[in-house]
Amino acid sequence: MLEFPTWKKLWYWGLTLAIAAAALPSLFAVSGLPWPKLLPDPQVSLGLDLAGGSHILLEADQKQVGQQRLESMEESVRGRLKLADPRIDIGDISSAGGRLTFMLKDPSQVDAAREEILPLTSGAGLTGQRDWDIKVEDGSRFVLTPTPEGLDQAVSNAMDSAIEVVRKRIDALGTREPTIIRQGENRIVVQVPGLDDPQALKNLLGQTAKLEFKLVDDAAAPSDVAQGIAPPGDEIVPYADQQEAKIAGAPALAVKRLGGIKGDQLTDAKQSFDSRNNTPVVSITFDQTGGAKFAKLTSENVDKRFAIILDGKVLSAPKINEPIMGGSAQISGSFTVQSATQLAIALRSGALPVDLTVVEERTVGPDLGADSIRKGLIAMGVGSGLVVLLMVAVYGRFGIYATIALVFNVMMILGVMAVMGTTLTLPGIAGFVLTIGAAVDANVLIYERMREERKKGRRVIAAVENGYKEASRAIYDANVTNFIAGVLLFAFGSGPVRGFAVVLIIGLFTSVFTGVTLTRMWVADWLRRARPTELNV
Amino acid sequence: MRLLKLVPDNTNIHFLRWRVPFYVVSMILIAASWGMVMTKGLNYGIDFAGGQEIDATFTRSAEAPVAELRDEIEKLGYGDPVIQRFGGANVVSIRTKLPAEAEANAGAAEAISKKIVATIRAGHPDVRIDSISTVSGKVSGEFRNMAIYALGAAMLAVAIYIWVRFEWQFGAGALFALFHDVSLTLGMFALFQMEFSLQIIAALLALIGYSLNDTIVVYDRIREDLKKFRRMPLPELLDMSVNETLARTVMTSASLLLALVPLLFFGPESLFGMTAAITLGIFVGTYSSIYMAAPILIWLGVSGDSFVPTETAVERQERMARERSAKP
Repeated sequence: MLEFPTWKKLWYWGLTLAIAAAALPSLFAVSGLPWPKLLPDPQVSLGLDLAGGSHILLEADQKQVGQQRLESMEESVRGRLKLADPRIDIGDISSAGGRLTFMLKDPSQVDAAREEILPLTSGAGLTGQRDWDIKVEDGSRFVLTPTPEGLDQAVSNAMDSAIEVVRKRIDALGTREPTIIRQGENRIVVQVPGLDDPQALKNLLGQTAKLEFKLVDDAAAPSDVAQGIAPPGDEIVPYADQQEAKIAGAPALAVKRLGGIKGDQLTDAKQSFDSRNNTPVVSITFDQTGGAKFAKLTSENVDKRFAIILDGKVLSAPKINEPIMGGSAQISGSFTVQSATQLAIALRSGALPVDLTVVEERTVGPDLGADSIRKGLIAMGVGSGLVVLLMVAVYGRFGIYATIALVFNVMMILGVMAVMGTTLTLPGIAGFVLTIGAAVDANVLIYERMREERKKGRRVIAAVENGYKEASRAIYDANVTNFIAGVLLFAFGSGPVRGFAVVLIIGLFTSVFTGVTLTRMWVADWLRRARPTELNV
Repeated sequence: MRLLKLVPDNTNIHFLRWRVPFYVVSMILIAASWGMVMTKGLNYGIDFAGGQEIDATFTRSAEAPVAELRDEIEKLGYGDPVIQRFGGANVVSIRTKLPAEAEANAGAAEAISKKIVATIRAGHPDVRIDSISTVSGKVSGEFRNMAIYALGAAMLAVAIYIWVRFEWQFGAGALFALFHDVSLTLGMFALFQMEFSLQIIAALLALIGYSLNDTIVVYDRIREDLKKFRRMPLPELLDMSVNETLARTVMTSASLLLALVPLLFFGPESLFGMTAAITLGIFVGTYSSIYMAAPILIWLGVSGDSFVPTETAVERQERMARERSAKP
């Protein structure tokens, strides 16, 4: 066990120095020294809790995706059957209970209606399932039920486009290096380093930005509207702002359900000022089809009012004085410059296909992070110093070997982290300290065993050999169980806690290598060189 | 050079003579810990209870206006905020738990946090917000489940590993020792109402690893001695094994404590709870390896035959020879 051929020594030293060298760029960065530009510089990346930044977890409402699918299916069915030749009349259409049902006026048209509806569905999943299930009950009642596969696919699609929108909005804020990842079925993790005001980002991400223009039903009785009772064909939409509501004299507005247009066909949106009263507004420019629709709506309804609705709330309800033909319009409604700018960004990046809610946030300011690093380094320095003193005082020469091993151990952990691109977090610092305290355990086990073997009367070389051999079993078992605990911590833990697990796991491997393999090589060298007759351990 | 010896050579302390009283005391402590957890409850941080926590520094005052802040935030109507000095006198941590009725509402925690930040900023222009954490009811519920799974899975997995590597009695003993360690640590957190967060779960898992480290070293020696001294009565043998590993036990615990205590005093404030849990765990874990994990082997009926193969070396050679000759 104490035989080390030259190739083995070279291999061990090469491995140690190569991995330890990877830690140098990070150490240079911490101490403020310049690192030579010509050399590669892998660095340990710092978690947001050390570098400062925001971690935001967004959750999409899956039910809403289902509801929207149901609504758009209703619209498609109506449109399709109306245009069918011969026309298919339906009635009693309902989307209650998560499915779409309607009656055919003429039961003999069942087959024709099915022919029309079938192209509205499509395949979903790998099993040849369709995304909607079509059934006919009692000869003339159609029941369209969304299949689980179809719903999953719809949620997945909605999440993909939501991520795109989120990315566009964060880019628009000019943030550097954001990380945007989908997590699980319906969540998105957004990580942004060093932000001055995470509130602006959260507001922007929390805004669905679904813009609609709908005609106001001025015939609706104000008392009904106040009570939330919608006249047939209308819906009641509340005002977004108390000020607007006060001017209107009602908390909500009755608007026509159908016949409005959506604001998703925009080519541009920017904050500007209303030329009449100099208040902040958002100027929008429609694309060609959107502009045509808007022109049609405004020219057919001159002197009527239309409501500008954002995310289900009325921003304002201006009167149409004249047809708006140029494809551009102004959105007014109690804005500040900041909120108008934000809405402009949101509209430019497109509406979110589904509402996103912030369900978790962790923001750390850069000062606090820097303070944590400084305090962590001090504690680590003092702790390692004390451990080294104890080891040298108790084991003499062997304590010095353990100390050198400890230095390489810390360097190698940093080196592995730098090369693998893992993140050092605040709990990761605790992981370092714990690893420093625990790493010498292998040395303690070996040295105590050597002491015992020597007391039993074995010769020096045999005592050393047995020390390493007999201790290795316990070292192995202890590291495997620690590894199990570490892996479970990594698997179940989130962000910062994972950083702790990463340091512990890497530390297990490097501790065994430096504490057992390297010290054995050094001790073997010393035995051969000095030929000691006594073990002072 | 004379070397320092923390433990004198050839100790012969009769640890196991007092195993019954120690066991009784430990059982009472375990029961008391769980009683404490049940009655007083753990002081769940926002990770597990949901809610928000804001750390703020008042850059132009010597002391943070705690009473004023409490008034301002109470007026918002989200219940009593917990406001604590944190590090310096002008640094505070403000915590509000999620109101029970808001737990199902995904956006509630975020909305509350936003209002509180705005309120503090409006009332105190010199404030610097150092950190904001918001956890909604749904996410905190997931963290609770995750914590229970992780702890349970870790304890079971390592117990099974020890069962495979040693014997079932050793696996059961290790599991019991871990249960003891985790229970006592939880009891301490309930008693002192220290904040119980995700970091503490990480600490408990690390504690499981290190307490087991100790147990394994003692068990490994017991296994070795069982093979060597097959006629020795078990209590005597266990005492011998514990004494033989005592120097190592003391040394390793000492080096862990020397590394951790500076972190407790000089480290970042937000690591205090986690470090305290691990430090406590080192004491409890060392004790349990000697007084919980070892004596249980007596009651579970480990004997010198547990690690002896059923055939002798001569018999094995004869059997191998027979098998070889049987083959054409």
